[in-house]
Amino acid sequence: MKLAYWMYAGPAHIGTLRVASSFKNVHAIMHAPLGDDYFNVMRSMLERERDFTPVTASIVDRHVLARGSQEKVVENIMRKDQQEKPDLILLTPTCTSSILQEDLQNFVERATSNTHSDILLADVNHYRVNEFQAADRTLEQIIAFYLEKKFETQKTEKPSANILGIFTLGFHHQHDCREIFRVLKDLDIEINQIIPEGSLVTNLKNITKAWFNIVPYREIGLMAAVFLEKKYNIPYIAQTPMGLVQTASWIRQICNVVNDSLREFAQDHLHLREVEAEAENNKKKYEKYIDQQTRFVSQAAWFSRSIDCQNLTGKKALVFGDATHSAAMTKILVREMGINVCCAGTYCQQDADWFREQVQGFCEQVLITEDHTQVGNLIAKLEPAAIFGTQMERHVGKRLDIPCGVISAPIHIQNFPLSYRPFLGYEGTNQIADLVYNSFTLGMEDHLLEIFGGHDVKTVITKNLSTDQDLIWSSSAQTELQKIPGFVRNRIKRNTEKFARSQKIQEITVEIMYAAKEAAETAS
Amino acid sequence: MSTTLQFECETGNYHTFCPISCVSWLYQKISDSFFLVIGTKTCGYFLQNALGVMIFAEPRYAMAELEEGDISAQLHDFDELQRLCLQIKQDRNPSVLVWIGTCTTEIIKMDLEGMAPKIEDLIGIPILVARANGLDYAFTQGEDTVLAAMAHRCPSEYKTQTKSLVLFGSLPNTVAQQLTRELENQGIKVSGWLPETRYEELPSLGPGVFVCGVHPFLSRTATTLMRRRKCQLIGAPFPIGPDGTRAWIEKICQVFDVQPKNLDERESKIWESLQQYLTLVKTKSVFFMGDNLLEISLARFLIRCGMIVYEIGIPYMDKRFQASELKLLEKTCHEMNVAMPRIVEKPDNYNQIQRIRALQPDLVITGLAHSNPLEARGITTKWSVEFTFAQIHGFTNARDILELVTRPLRRNNHLKDLGWSIIVHKN
Repeated sequence: MKLAYWMYAGPAHIGTLRVASSFKNVHAIMHAPLGDDYFNVMRSMLERERDFTPVTASIVDRHVLARGSQEKVVENIMRKDQQEKPDLILLTPTCTSSILQEDLQNFVERATSNTHSDILLADVNHYRVNEFQAADRTLEQIIAFYLEKKFETQKTEKPSANILGIFTLGFHHQHDCREIFRVLKDLDIEINQIIPEGSLVTNLKNITKAWFNIVPYREIGLMAAVFLEKKYNIPYIAQTPMGLVQTASWIRQICNVVNDSLREFAQDHLHLREVEAEAENNKKKYEKYIDQQTRFVSQAAWFSRSIDCQNLTGKKALVFGDATHSAAMTKILVREMGINVCCAGTYCQQDADWFREQVQGFCEQVLITEDHTQVGNLIAKLEPAAIFGTQMERHVGKRLDIPCGVISAPIHIQNFPLSYRPFLGYEGTNQIADLVYNSFTLGMEDHLLEIFGGHDVKTVITKNLSTDQDLIWSSSAQTELQKIPGFVRNRIKRNTEKFARSQKIQEITVEIMYAAKEAAETAS
Repeated sequence: MSTTLQFECETGNYHTFCPISCVSWLYQKISDSFFLVIGTKTCGYFLQNALGVMIFAEPRYAMAELEEGDISAQLHDFDELQRLCLQIKQDRNPSVLVWIGTCTTEIIKMDLEGMAPKIEDLIGIPILVARANGLDYAFTQGEDTVLAAMAHRCPSEYKTQTKSLVLFGSLPNTVAQQLTRELENQGIKVSGWLPETRYEELPSLGPGVFVCGVHPFLSRTATTLMRRRKCQLIGAPFPIGPDGTRAWIEKICQVFDVQPKNLDERESKIWESLQQYLTLVKTKSVFFMGDNLLEISLARFLIRCGMIVYEIGIPYMDKRFQASELKLLEKTCHEMNVAMPRIVEKPDNYNQIQRIRALQPDLVITGLAHSNPLEARGITTKWSVEFTFAQIHGFTNARDILELVTRPLRRNNHLKDLGWSIIVHKN
């Protein structure tokens, strides 16, 4: 048993439902008690979805406990089959059905003989996996199920790719997908399928026509990509094209994959020398594209050179989120903007090794935890100038008066913007640059405040976490404190108090303030 | 046109909130309490998402999240709960701990009622057990389970000479004050509320104490008060809308042998003040999909306002506890000369949506899962959960109900000439 107030990743069935409701004409039936269909509210509210969420519950109630739910589940499946005529009905277990240990697979088999739809039981264990792992597994399961029935052996004529892992309720997924689409189009690569968002399960047989797969986010889609590589020999790229450096290397990987495929197919119908020429040509074309986009289409490269961005140099930031976004963001901040990341962290414990390896050398400290209080306490301790995290870190930032840019799920409705806000690709680099820039106090403002002592001379309101009842600020020290610019005032106040306590000093005078400042400077 | 109320029962495939959501308003009401929900990640995820920002304000509730070891009984649940409760005692020092049992604790048959007194003795804080699970209850019924458990902890009242009155149902303090004052104006003293703002101030109960409910979903609490605490229940319509409030006061007055005064005047003044809203709702039709058990009272009020109610979906219908309310509904329909609405218990949302398509009501009162999809199809909706969180009781707050009901109508009046009320493709 664990005392918990908040969690970063949802329960397993949420992941399964995200996969099911992302496909078109797939219906999920949850084996769950009344009230567990909260997913429908989230989809309808956060995503502002216009259509009814194709998720219903086969309700587990007292009668079910007494008699078993076989009749009810089978009946609900058959009913849904008639009402909506879905291509696939996905029976979704929940924590409740996990412990009931009913033979759901058997219900599925019984229902299958009477339905027009395909029926599948989502293979997830509520107590072992979280939302992301369950979604990852369910996506693989559905793809495998349909490919086993039938798959195309012919590849597309021109280079083509599947995008695996675009989901409902994903962090800026729709925008990212459009951006990937745009880049691939520029590179003359066709999109074979986008899975699962908006795709039909009946088309999954065509998935094998693609030359390669793209997995934009590590958390969901990787399992399916690995499966497709193993079983159907389709290579995949799991790099996330987030930030200039990573996007460039992502494009180079695409180039390699395309060229490798060309060579492979060449043995059949093209002369080898022609293929080599084409490969060489591709390489040049892609390099030119990267250069053009980096220097002129994306503003981020220029932005980080511009004098305004100089003020960000060495500023302290903390990054926390899912493995994909947190790792990419850390690298962007350090490598592309010269910001000092004091701590990079993720709640994706299942991916801890990968994460450590990614951010190694980019940050001073790595934090792998699912406990939001641990993250909050670390933020309070490190006092970064800005945080890049989830909604939870945004709230921590609010309490501590530290600005926060949201870069990862879990998110709230304001993170489903209506306007075009990708995080990936070249437009993504612009969005991220804006986000970073707006999160830190504006450079010039910062400078002027320091020179003129600030325009905000209200009495200090202590929003900090310190208990300062035991300390007295002399009036001259208070006046001095007012001269400090508003956005750092609280931090200086806290530092001074920390120092005073360590020296067992009761009254804080101007001298003590300077002493604290000196102590802090010599310490760092 | 039928002249009596028709009751139907469907499949129970409907959307509502899990009853554990009651912690969100009860922890705020009972300021020295701490609610511990003993359940899984599913429960926690629901709470953190449904209750939104409240989670960030260091709420006085938490999950005791069950892990695989707890389910398979590798861990000793007594020790585990004791450890967590001690931690809560250290961190928050509440006057009462409320354990909320969930579906999981039901299925694995965790003996919460058995463990609570022992752990209570060990840590020295009263522990209440409420089984607010989705196997048995819907949404607001969660409060019912908590208050029923709390009724056992109220001190006993022995002096039976004077009639005393205890009201039950959790209301925001201002609203509880307003209702108390309404009764005081009639010369009836309210000797206490279940719950009070502090656990330590729970009212005395016993034979000779009259009790009256303010919410339609408190049937277990009512039963407990009658059978276990030997109180006398005043069966009245609920003080929702000026008509309901008046009937509620009248019924209490009747039991206390008081001739109610100025009620006519008070009620008609309120109706007068609502005039601008009434012109908006008059002859408009409503469909309640049903998810919070306030439906009968709200429908009755809206019919009195001049609306036509097609269907009242409701999760659970206690015809005994709601008897007076049902009678008032029937009477209201006769007096307003409208057809009796059909009352659908345990509705089936899929069927309801077919009926909504056929009937094209002017307003559908429904949960968040259906609101946006219906709006996109040109059907105006009001989010039902808001009625549980808004102040809707008593004379003063009738305006708030109509404010909620008319908001979508007013909004759509603004937008109606723009020509894009249907925002889905026709198929």
